[in-house]
Amino acid sequence: MKVRAPEAPKSFPAFVLLAFAVLWMALVILLPLVNVLAEAFKQGVAPYLSSIVQPDALSAIRLTLLVAAIAVPLNAVFGIAAAWCFTRFDFPLKGLLLSILDLPFTISPVISGIVWVLLFGAHGWFGAFLQANDIKIIYALPGLVIATILVTLPFVARELIPLMQDQGTDEEIAAVTLGASGWDVFFRVTLPNIKWALTYGVLLCTARAMGEFGAVSVVSGHIRGLTNTLPLHIEVLYNEYDSVGAFAAATLLAGLALVTLVLKSLLEWRFADELAAHRRH
Amino acid sequence: MSLVVKNITKCFSDFAALNDVSFQAEPGEFLALLGPSGSGKTTLLRLLAGLDQPDTGSVEFDGADYLKLSARDRRIGMVFQSYALFRHMTVAQNIAFGLNVRPAKERPSKAEIAATVQRLLKLIQLEDLGKRYPSQLSGGQRQRVALARALAISPRMLLLDEPFGALDALVRKDLRRWLRKIHDETGVTTIFVTHDQEEALDLADRVVVLKDGQIEQIGKPLELYRHPQSAFVFEFLGTSNEVPATVSDGVASFDGFTAPAVSPKALSGAQTVRFRPFDAQLSPTGPGFEAKVLSLLPAGSSLRLELQTPDGKVFETQHAHESEASDLKLGDTVFVRPSKVYVF
Ligand SMILES: Nc1ncnc2c1ncn2[C@@H]1O[C@H](COP(=O)(O)OP(=O)(O)OP(=O)(O)O)[C@@H](O)[C@H]1O
Ligand SMILES: [Mg+2]
Repeated sequence: MKVRAPEAPKSFPAFVLLAFAVLWMALVILLPLVNVLAEAFKQGVAPYLSSIVQPDALSAIRLTLLVAAIAVPLNAVFGIAAAWCFTRFDFPLKGLLLSILDLPFTISPVISGIVWVLLFGAHGWFGAFLQANDIKIIYALPGLVIATILVTLPFVARELIPLMQDQGTDEEIAAVTLGASGWDVFFRVTLPNIKWALTYGVLLCTARAMGEFGAVSVVSGHIRGLTNTLPLHIEVLYNEYDSVGAFAAATLLAGLALVTLVLKSLLEWRFADELAAHRRH
Repeated sequence: MSLVVKNITKCFSDFAALNDVSFQAEPGEFLALLGPSGSGKTTLLRLLAGLDQPDTGSVEFDGADYLKLSARDRRIGMVFQSYALFRHMTVAQNIAFGLNVRPAKERPSKAEIAATVQRLLKLIQLEDLGKRYPSQLSGGQRQRVALARALAISPRMLLLDEPFGALDALVRKDLRRWLRKIHDETGVTTIFVTHDQEEALDLADRVVVLKDGQIEQIGKPLELYRHPQSAFVFEFLGTSNEVPATVSDGVASFDGFTAPAVSPKALSGAQTVRFRPFDAQLSPTGPGFEAKVLSLLPAGSSLRLELQTPDGKVFETQHAHESEASDLKLGDTVFVRPSKVYVF
């Protein structure tokens, strides 16, 4: 069921609004994007390529992908479990917990980073204990991962909760009466019904995990080649007036974002049909 | 005796949704559970299916204690008002689900499952639609698929919770007949929940009337209709008119005339008595309750009248087309005499 395309604006105010929206988008989205490309290739293709393949850049790319590869699956599992609990059970303080789930959306990412420093940093609550046992969390991979997890915590759950609420428990109950075990119910009924929303949530989560700056910046310590993710690497280069290097790395990050965006759009298109089918159901 | 339910009570916090409910079903019987909204029908069905546990009481099936079995192990086919078909599976996959999730040892072979699906598709007269998805079916078709899916597991008992509630009157009637036919062919003990008295009386071998979580009456449809045990059952099974009368020895006396009075409790004295629309006689002169004709409606093979007394009370009566009512016009004054009344 496709929605009929809206008509082109006929009245003058509508036209003005449209023109403003288009101009605004060009100004704040397109212009910077073009600028990134222009700056990156200012001195030609060779400097661009050489700044991308330098070891620090490569290690930043690797680290970014690694952090996302750990944080996103964990958040996906958490999201499914949380959505399951919130939509399938009633318990006290449910509303409050749901709001808390949204906290990472509303608080500044810097705070999401600082809380970990306060807990695991040298002068934090567990600092002495960690130091005594030679466990490094802050200024190391674990710190980057937990900061990223916190920032991207709600993405999958928030995508699933409305859908699972909407779908209700009827199908699961029917499956049980037909003799399905708990695993059968989950893998044959629940999961297939949420797979598109889940994929969508995972994509959003991935995009955010790779692009996260604030929280990661606090726990990273900016050790070049070791704890610099791509966004941090860009900042370092930029501060050192290596604009080609900074913008070249930025094209990579923007590229990752664009890939995610295309996948997301494809999914939305796919997902819309499914959703429409669900509504008709 | 196939199903024996004894003294079931179920409370939600301190509200008793079911209160001391007991009934039985013979093997192969078709039982209707009839009651107004909120009377506890769904709650009872969920307890039978094992989706909830009662606070007290017992449920036995063929001598086995069913409360000890999980929903999964009871092998009860359930059909929901909302269909609850698996939306991401085709019709054939939906029907095969219950067989596919059996433990490997008990699972029939692929060919056997396919054969069962074909047989059931034929039974529900949707042989060509096995590859469709639920969203591509009409409501009536979906409900038939839901029934086939429940039948596929060779259920010990079939529970249907207002299965035709969301369908229009014509389709309902059709499916009702069809369901009864399928029941007679398969012989599976069936409990059918509805709040539509016509549906219950039309379909069931026996009807259990529920009210506020308690059983009001159990009986064969005709029995229920002829010998209602309470005002609630009387009113729930059809239109009822109320008038005051003096009752003694099975006779109700009115101002200038009498009528036979049916009562489960042999009541006497001044009582409110009730009569059905077709247990009313009209005449142009008294004795009787004076009333004006408010509306005249042809209702199939009969004529339905609404009559208003001078003090504002409205009677609904029903008459043959060729009768004392056929010459009446709106606004005419007539006298109504109940010819048979019920006292509770
Ligand atoms: N999970 C629950 N928690 C609290 N109260 C409940 C719950 N389920 C049912 N009830 C209450 O129990 C009573 C019986 O509900 P039930 O769903 O069995 O009614 P019903 O006869 O099926 O009605 P309907 O014809 O509207 O489906 C209602 O008053 C309902 O509010
Ligand atoms: Mg109900």
